[in-house]
Amino acid sequence: MMTEPNTTPIVEMTGISISFPGVKALDGVDFRLLPGEVHALMGENGAGKSTLIKALTGVYGIDSGRIVVGGVDQVFAGPAEAQAAGISTVYQEVNLTDNLSVAENVMLGHEIRRFGLIDWHATRKAARTYLKALNLDIDPKSSLSSHSLAVQQLVAISRAMVVDARVLILDEPTSSLDSDEVARLFDVIRTLRDQGVAILFVSHFLEQIYAISDRITVLRNGSLVGEYTPAELPRVELVGKMIGRALEVLTELEGRSERAVVDRSGTPFMQAIGVGRRGSIEPFDLDIYPGEIVGLAGLLGSGRTELARLLYGADHADSGETLVSGQAVKLRNPRSGLAKSIVFSSESRKTEGIIGDLTVRENIVLGLQAERGWMRRVPRKKADDVVAQYIEALGVRPANPDAIAGNLSGGNQQKVLLARWLATAPKLLILDEPTRGIDVGAKAEIQKLVADLAAQGMAVVFISAELEEVLRLSHRIAVLRDRHKVAELVNSDDVTTDVVVDLIASGGTSA
Amino acid sequence: MTGLAQLTRHRLFWPIVALVVLLLASTLKSHSFLEVTVRDGHLYGAPIDILRRSSILLLVALGMTLVIATRGIDLSVGAVMAIAGAVTLTQIASSPDPGAVSTVAVAMLTGLAVCLVIGVFNGFLVAVLGIQPIIATLVIMTAGRGIAMLITGGQITTVTSAPYKTLASGFWLGLPVAALIAGVFFAVVALVTRRTALGVLIESVGINPTASRLAGVRARTIIWTVYVLCALFACIAGFLQSSNIMAADSNNAGLFIELDAILAVVIGGTSLAGGKFSLTGTLVGVLVITTLTLSITVIGIPVNAVSLFKALVVIVVCLLQSPVVQHKLRARRRQAAPVPVEVPA
Amino acid sequence: MATDEMTVKARKQPEPKLTGAVHRSRPTLDRRYLPVLGTVVVLVLMLIIGGSRYDNFLSGRVMANLLINNSFLIVVAVGMTFVILTGGIDLSVGAVLALSTCISAWMFVHGWPAYVAIPAAILAGALIGWAVGVMVHVFEIQPFIATLAAMFLARGLCYVIAPESIPITDPTIVKLGTRWDLGGGWAITPSGVIALAVVVVAFVTLHYTRFGRTVYAIGGGEQSARLMGLPVARTKVLVYVISGTCAGLGGLLFAAFSSSGYSLTGVGMELDAIAAVVIGGTLLTGGSGFVLGSVLGVLVLGLIQTIITFEGTLSSWWTKIVIGALLLVFVILQRLLVVRRR
Repeated sequence: MMTEPNTTPIVEMTGISISFPGVKALDGVDFRLLPGEVHALMGENGAGKSTLIKALTGVYGIDSGRIVVGGVDQVFAGPAEAQAAGISTVYQEVNLTDNLSVAENVMLGHEIRRFGLIDWHATRKAARTYLKALNLDIDPKSSLSSHSLAVQQLVAISRAMVVDARVLILDEPTSSLDSDEVARLFDVIRTLRDQGVAILFVSHFLEQIYAISDRITVLRNGSLVGEYTPAELPRVELVGKMIGRALEVLTELEGRSERAVVDRSGTPFMQAIGVGRRGSIEPFDLDIYPGEIVGLAGLLGSGRTELARLLYGADHADSGETLVSGQAVKLRNPRSGLAKSIVFSSESRKTEGIIGDLTVRENIVLGLQAERGWMRRVPRKKADDVVAQYIEALGVRPANPDAIAGNLSGGNQQKVLLARWLATAPKLLILDEPTRGIDVGAKAEIQKLVADLAAQGMAVVFISAELEEVLRLSHRIAVLRDRHKVAELVNSDDVTTDVVVDLIASGGTSA
Repeated sequence: MTGLAQLTRHRLFWPIVALVVLLLASTLKSHSFLEVTVRDGHLYGAPIDILRRSSILLLVALGMTLVIATRGIDLSVGAVMAIAGAVTLTQIASSPDPGAVSTVAVAMLTGLAVCLVIGVFNGFLVAVLGIQPIIATLVIMTAGRGIAMLITGGQITTVTSAPYKTLASGFWLGLPVAALIAGVFFAVVALVTRRTALGVLIESVGINPTASRLAGVRARTIIWTVYVLCALFACIAGFLQSSNIMAADSNNAGLFIELDAILAVVIGGTSLAGGKFSLTGTLVGVLVITTLTLSITVIGIPVNAVSLFKALVVIVVCLLQSPVVQHKLRARRRQAAPVPVEVPA
Repeated sequence: MATDEMTVKARKQPEPKLTGAVHRSRPTLDRRYLPVLGTVVVLVLMLIIGGSRYDNFLSGRVMANLLINNSFLIVVAVGMTFVILTGGIDLSVGAVLALSTCISAWMFVHGWPAYVAIPAAILAGALIGWAVGVMVHVFEIQPFIATLAAMFLARGLCYVIAPESIPITDPTIVKLGTRWDLGGGWAITPSGVIALAVVVVAFVTLHYTRFGRTVYAIGGGEQSARLMGLPVARTKVLVYVISGTCAGLGGLLFAAFSSSGYSLTGVGMELDAIAAVVIGGTLLTGGSGFVLGSVLGVLVLGLIQTIITFEGTLSSWWTKIVIGALLLVFVILQRLLVVRRR
């Protein structure tokens, strides 16, 4: 199964185990990384990918096992020591400081000094050289916050190169990049690989894994499943190894060819006419009927989230008119949306969704409580019933209402959020990236749930970066590009991802 | 053993230990310390004295707990106390009949109205303009005593008014009126926060304001409300304080009480980072601080050294509550896992 | 089937736009300097108003006194700036300053020479700062509480060392307050020179050393700074040591100013220092601000006092009200600036 490498590994981890209170996060995992290869680390959420990376970079201490870097036994006490040994990490959420300039961010801690003081001229010049090496032609004096996330990611990689990294760890670097940005990042990765840098790559996107990696290591439940080359591992098998069970759920959904016909003769539940907000989304029209799933397709930054926020009232529109069940309404804040039985589940679960320190029960009841106001507390009995009902219906794990919500896995937090909204018996459910960063099984369950809710008559707005998902679920698809709604089409078997991608690319002119 | 382990891990274990130690030390030194006697139908004794002295701090700390639970802080409470005293006493003093209950009531209502405006102002800066609480309330903290002096014309206004004096020195049912007032407010706040959803909504806003707003919680209103409440409680504390000395001393009324109140809240286990709060904890914190001051004189340590001992108690309690020490204590009991360092994934 | 997990992200490229080239026509002035510029404007306005209303206001003597009388506050505010830049706060500076006056006064009375007493007083400040740093960093106690404890501690030690005011007659300390005439009414004292030197050293440290850049990085995001491999622990402890040291040194300058060591010295001075730093354009959230701004902030506070003295009829409490109002204006302006940037 394994192809024997003809070079000595730069990193060799053997028998790594780490326990956290109550959990065995890693259980005797072996991992090796060769110079000049792109090595993908795959696994579902909670498989131990992040823990393994943090063990390597010294963020976590290991309970047992051995880490050999460049032939030397190493136990790093922190990221600083790992960096000194040539291991650099670029995290999903760019870890730079945006109050400083690009040059400062690239060179922080490695500024060029003369007579003990920083020589800013030389430091900026050096920064420019490092940026140029990645084909990044930006002003080193410009503030980091003036650049897009993609550029910031590349700046972070430049920084990694300053410490003369022999190992570069990229933890989900592509999750917020659009396609040309990904292509550009891949060019950089290939260049570095050809220079002999060992690259550890983590991503949820299978396509990208097959496009860039030379070797794949799969983890499941904190244990090693195996190490493979992409050629010997078809995608289906890879997914199978990641989730460790057959793909019935997925197949079941895949097989749903019958799309319920939505009755569009009556009054739409919601009608947006020329609704827009300056600097956020251009005025758009959109009708959503009961029982209908409207998918929003478009790249990151196309205005998907902004549109959804206006529909809920998370931001207030500065133009246009909104009708709910034929009646004009003003959606100024989330409460006004909630009052019209509209709910919105944000794409950032952690910062805009879950209240981390509260229990699962308190999190689920929160929407209901907000609706009633602070004076009328949701009676304990009713709260218990609602919570029990949704924990059961959505399969929240652990099924403990008193568990602290912040300790749940991403998928289960998403279910708690869904429960919070479903408990308010909404008529329009707006879901922004409900399946991002959660494992395959939970993803399928959530998709199925959304389809069932619509079948029962709920109107749904569904946003996802994965076009297949949007296509599979939606009755109608609104296409967005550069903060404009450029097209709207009724979903049918003729509508393929290529059709939608063409629409996004052409800006709707070909349709 | 595990029972004991669980006990020591309880949020209030160390603060209560500190309280008990202080009381024990005082009793050892002065055997009648814990004795309560009845004189003229009133209860007398050190414990009653602690209750009476705690009332002002408890009122301030009560509002502070709610503010801190929303991730805020209110530095202006001392200045608000000074303004409350200044407004009320100036009005009583200028009235033809300072001894009338109606005069006192109207004066107190005026004081409450002024403090309400200050609370609204603080809340506006924090909740609407989004200014950091510490700096928003620093404005009134700095300007407030100047305003109080402006009201009293730079004088220490003194009055003779029997009904007003009752607030701090009176007894009802054998108990000091001041303690009763603070107790009633404590009970009402405790009841309201836990019987309605206010408590959990305050916590929710304190833990994650953005998510709370998106969940439909009136985050802005709640934050605004806690600053108004805090100013009102400080106002009543200001009444008690000025009634105690029957004078409005703008320079010294409630001086540094914001620090004591914050300490009481923190000793009581409510984190300055906001979120979960404990009113019982705050009560314990207030008692620890008041007892400390009283015990020191009883034990015979010079009054000047009070702040030294306050520092020691604060440092010891905070260190014992700190996550690092808590973890070490636990690890000594049983071999524990490595501390996971929190890193955003 | 596996397409379930796929994304179209890497498939098509809508249009070749390079996101890297953000070469907007940049405003001529860096946004970061705006708050400080505001402070300069206020300072100039106050000078103009004072100069037009009162004779001799813009004289060398008044301006020199502004620096001389506030030299200790400048030193304390410089230390405070380091702490606030990391996102922390130091409430202990007033008490530590008092402790420094008490320690030096006590040592002089007990016959210690200046070359022992002076370093000892400064060292006491540094030690308290170190203790605070350890509490903040190692034990994760919030800076507000840790420095509050340090404030009580230092104040308590003051009472123990010097329950009564102790006069200072030591020639070295007295010499700190001697005026050197520069002509035209302008003058400077060794205290003033020390304050200016501290400002220069602080400026160079913040802008031309790796330590200084780490201070800014921590203010921008502590977690990021740690993951970037910067020495966060050392730096965080060190900023409190610097603040404590500055307060200790400020105590000596204050001792020269008041010729005594007294336990009630500098009550509430931490608020003046914080106000000066904020008026000087430093954000309390950390990561943005300049030490020169803090100096300007101190001068603004000093000018308010000077104007009220010149006015004569105004009562002293107006100082507090004006400082409060100014604080309000600056805080709101800074807030608007941050909102606009978003």
